[in-house]
Amino acid sequence: MRSSASAGSSGAAAPLAADAEATDLINLDRYVERDSALHRADARFKFILAIVAIVAISLLPTASWVALAIAWAALALLSASSGLGPFRLSRGAFFALPFMLAALPLVFTRPGDIIATIPIGPVTLSISGQGLQEFATIALKSWVSVQVALLLTFTTPFHDLVDGLRALRMPRIIVSTISFMYRYLAVLSDEAGRMMRARASRSAEIDGHGGGTVVWRMRVVGGMVGSLFLRSYERSERVYAAMQSRGFQGDLKHMHGRPLDASDWTFFGTMAAGIVAFVIAGQVWLPHA
Amino acid sequence: MPDEALARWIEVEHLHYAYPDGFEALKGIDLAVAHGEKVALVGPNGAGKSTLMLHLNGINTPAHGTVRVAGMTVDRSTVRRVRAEVGIVFQDPDDQLFSPTVFDDVAFGPLHMGIPEAEIHARVDRALAAVGMAGFERRLPHHLSLGQRKRVAIATVLSMDPSVLVLDEPSAGLDPRGRRGLIRLLLELPQTMLVSTHDMRLVAEVFPRVVVMDDGRVVADGPTDAILADDALLEAHGLERP
Repeated sequence: MRSSASAGSSGAAAPLAADAEATDLINLDRYVERDSALHRADARFKFILAIVAIVAISLLPTASWVALAIAWAALALLSASSGLGPFRLSRGAFFALPFMLAALPLVFTRPGDIIATIPIGPVTLSISGQGLQEFATIALKSWVSVQVALLLTFTTPFHDLVDGLRALRMPRIIVSTISFMYRYLAVLSDEAGRMMRARASRSAEIDGHGGGTVVWRMRVVGGMVGSLFLRSYERSERVYAAMQSRGFQGDLKHMHGRPLDASDWTFFGTMAAGIVAFVIAGQVWLPHA
Repeated sequence: MPDEALARWIEVEHLHYAYPDGFEALKGIDLAVAHGEKVALVGPNGAGKSTLMLHLNGINTPAHGTVRVAGMTVDRSTVRRVRAEVGIVFQDPDDQLFSPTVFDDVAFGPLHMGIPEAEIHARVDRALAAVGMAGFERRLPHHLSLGQRKRVAIATVLSMDPSVLVLDEPSAGLDPRGRRGLIRLLLELPQTMLVSTHDMRLVAEVFPRVVVMDDGRVVADGPTDAILADDALLEAHGLERP
């Protein structure tokens, strides 16, 4: 993957950007290699804790500004202590912004004290204070929840997450599918990248005679997709033969995970206690609407 | 083990095979390889080398003829034991390495042979050490170079502790350094070997015996020096002197 991307790196910048995009099209690796307590913690526990934390955050009442600020600060602290820097999660989580727009209509539809009106032709949109509060709460909750998920993926290698899912009794066929997908996405995107380079190399242009019709281009792309499918299908047969050669009989086996020790349970207990305290505080003591 | 069995550790007799589309890939192969012998299998693309290899551990089932390995006739009842005996390494390491990490891949064979987990760890360590890839257990296959992936691919069958190694074009696509490393490895490994290749220099350096295949038949079988000196034979089957 890297080698093929760097092989063409002496050329011009513009087509190369497209190349890099093709080869890095699919990248599940968000793991950041560091040595920290969070990195060393057991993937199964981290996975459970992340889910629980996200549920806890989403259960917060409207306008729990203080609770959300605490959650954000705790995440920043964890992020800093795992060597990722305090603001990496906050920045990374902005990619969820477009999804927050789904909550925008609340601003106009929620009944309450009108604080502003926007006339659009014959209709008048009125913004309610409560609606605004709810929207802000939902936006902040999603932003902080995404940070929880990012912290998990930054500190846990993907294959450990997959092992974690298996240990947590996720159906085996799903886990195996994810595992193969992870292994072969890189190979496939590499193959797609090579095909796109081959096409780009032959997409020359004489002055004033560029391209071809849209229909023709679509047929080319369709052909590429088809050929990629065929190649993958053939590869799957070879992989299956390789698996059979090494004793596979239709039932995928796995090693048992590392046994949990006292330090794993200490980590889990501490974090779980923190989340429980946060839930109680958020529901009972901390200010909200 | 009687000497006779050791002398015919791999034994292929009158082997015929046709693909489902009717293409006749093997037209009567006879071949015997002694225990510990290292044999190169050469011939043009489409000669049937890979098809023959897939018979040695029962992935393909013969239409006619028999395949015996380590005293067992390869059939439905022996296929699991035969696969423990014969380690096949496919040409493209991306086909051979299908697990998320190097460790998982090298452990796959022993695990599916039903070996206890404590011993699997020891076997993985030994196999990776044998190919010079100790310390790469947690690495991801797609982050390794082609030469490294080829080495790990060999480790994935070494961990099954086979007596026979069957390798499909192991030196294809390797740079000179990767190739040198591979040659050293092939010379070191004690297993019986049947290795298909187009790399005649590799043949000259590693293998005392060469089997030439063309059009589904064995057309020559003998000492490497003699075969590589026979220009007419090489010419007739699209091969070249190293």
